[in-house]
Amino acid sequence: MSDFQAQRKLDLYRKFKSNFMVGVTIAATVVALIPLFAVLGYLLTKGAASVNWAFFTKLPTPVGQNGGGMANAIVGTFELVGIATLIGVPIGVGGGIYLAENRGGQLAQIIRFSADVMMGIPSIVVGIFVYAIFVKPFYGFSTLSGSIALAIIMIPLVTRTAEEMILLVPHELREAALALGVPRWRTTTSVVVRTAISGIATGVILAVARVAGETAPLLFTAFGNRFWSTSLFQPISSLTVQVYTYAISPFADWQRQAWAGALVLTAIVLAMELGVRWVTRGSARVAR
Amino acid sequence: MADKVTVRHLRAFFGKNEALHDVNLNFAENRVTAIIGPSGCGKSTLVRCINRMHEVVPGATCTGEVVLDGEDIYAPAVDPVQVRRRIGMVFQKPTPFPTMSIEDNVAAGLKLNGISLPRADRDRLVEQSLKRSALWEEVKDRLGRPGASLSGGQQQRLCVARALAVEPEVLLMDEPCSALDPISTARIEELLLELKESYTIIIVTHNMQQAARCSDFTAFMYAGDLIEFGETKQIFTNPTKRETEDYITGRFG
Repeated sequence: MSDFQAQRKLDLYRKFKSNFMVGVTIAATVVALIPLFAVLGYLLTKGAASVNWAFFTKLPTPVGQNGGGMANAIVGTFELVGIATLIGVPIGVGGGIYLAENRGGQLAQIIRFSADVMMGIPSIVVGIFVYAIFVKPFYGFSTLSGSIALAIIMIPLVTRTAEEMILLVPHELREAALALGVPRWRTTTSVVVRTAISGIATGVILAVARVAGETAPLLFTAFGNRFWSTSLFQPISSLTVQVYTYAISPFADWQRQAWAGALVLTAIVLAMELGVRWVTRGSARVAR
Repeated sequence: MADKVTVRHLRAFFGKNEALHDVNLNFAENRVTAIIGPSGCGKSTLVRCINRMHEVVPGATCTGEVVLDGEDIYAPAVDPVQVRRRIGMVFQKPTPFPTMSIEDNVAAGLKLNGISLPRADRDRLVEQSLKRSALWEEVKDRLGRPGASLSGGQQQRLCVARALAVEPEVLLMDEPCSALDPISTARIEELLLELKESYTIIIVTHNMQQAARCSDFTAFMYAGDLIEFGETKQIFTNPTKRETEDYITGRFG
């Protein structure tokens, strides 16, 4: 056998190995995507029939009475998540900036460690915690306490993504600004954070989408409400809690409404994730 | 010929590690002084001490004096921010601010310092700075485009324009051509000869031909020590120290 033939045999073997491994990764990807499409498909088949105009505009009806919707829960979810964002994002982004600016500091290390621990705390524990320190001594079940529970879940997520996005900004940019005689605080806000802003926005939206789907922390805080309420100090309905209550009920019409609620919630979260894509389009160029 | 910047007994540290040992050096006004030497010899550290950028690195400190027009910039009452406005710097890698257009990059030093000029004055400053950095002709029709859309050589001249726009007295250049092709390098070198009419220039370079071509004085550094300093012609034709001769003839480094 000539050298060429031996070489050719080896090449064929390598090509086979390469193709085989590519096949394995493609198969793994497909398997990973199956649950996503299965969930979406199942939600659509089960829930789409009950999503109609009334679902978005009407209040829940008593058992046995047809029609009705989850208008109060949709508004409640937006209110809860909106207020949680107002509380959580400034604190989270501020914390992220602090961590990125004082990377090695002792306080920074403590904060970073705490944030990582907080991310691992089960969300129902956050709910119980807010119940104990806020719901019981103050207003009882209320929108504000629900929002605080969601904000507590958001803060470490936002802090850590903001930190990582700021650290991605090339060190040279910071030095270039400092060398122009720009004070440090101004360098941080106008050059470093501004360069990282699309990454930070991504982190914020992902955190918002994450808490929009939380049920457990709301059970003890926002509680739920069958009627219209937008007051900060009254219990408020949310899609997740409503879906939970309806899904475990024995009534077929409530269960249908629960499917519809799950579909609408998923659509909202999906829309936010698509929003992230839109916000960060072309940010690869900026981050370099 | 007056000395614009005088370095006295300068020692620089990274943590406990001493990167510069007792450097003493004068930089003449309106002249180009080149600093040459092998990698890691402390060239960059030396120029970064001159505009107080050294201390920006965590753990980095220095002792000694750097005197600018008779005033020690390390005196306790001196604000490093003010020093950096008088002593500008251009880095090895071009660093246009990615969120800003070409003209905003040029005006960044003013804007970020909270100085707002009337539109006409700002435009004049942008034009003047870009002309001085020999970039105006290439970008005058697209001042609103992102600074990052320019080529590497253009970006570096944009950075020169940005440094000039704050009207410094001294310009430090830390290997400004090492990321550039020969044509862009030649443009930056031409620029040095024009800029020294109005500025005192200190340039760190790895390229000995570059030092020979465009500097008036040359300092040779090795392992944190200033080995030899003199007129460029003398350093390259008749060095007094053995190490200098070995380095410029390519025997080490």
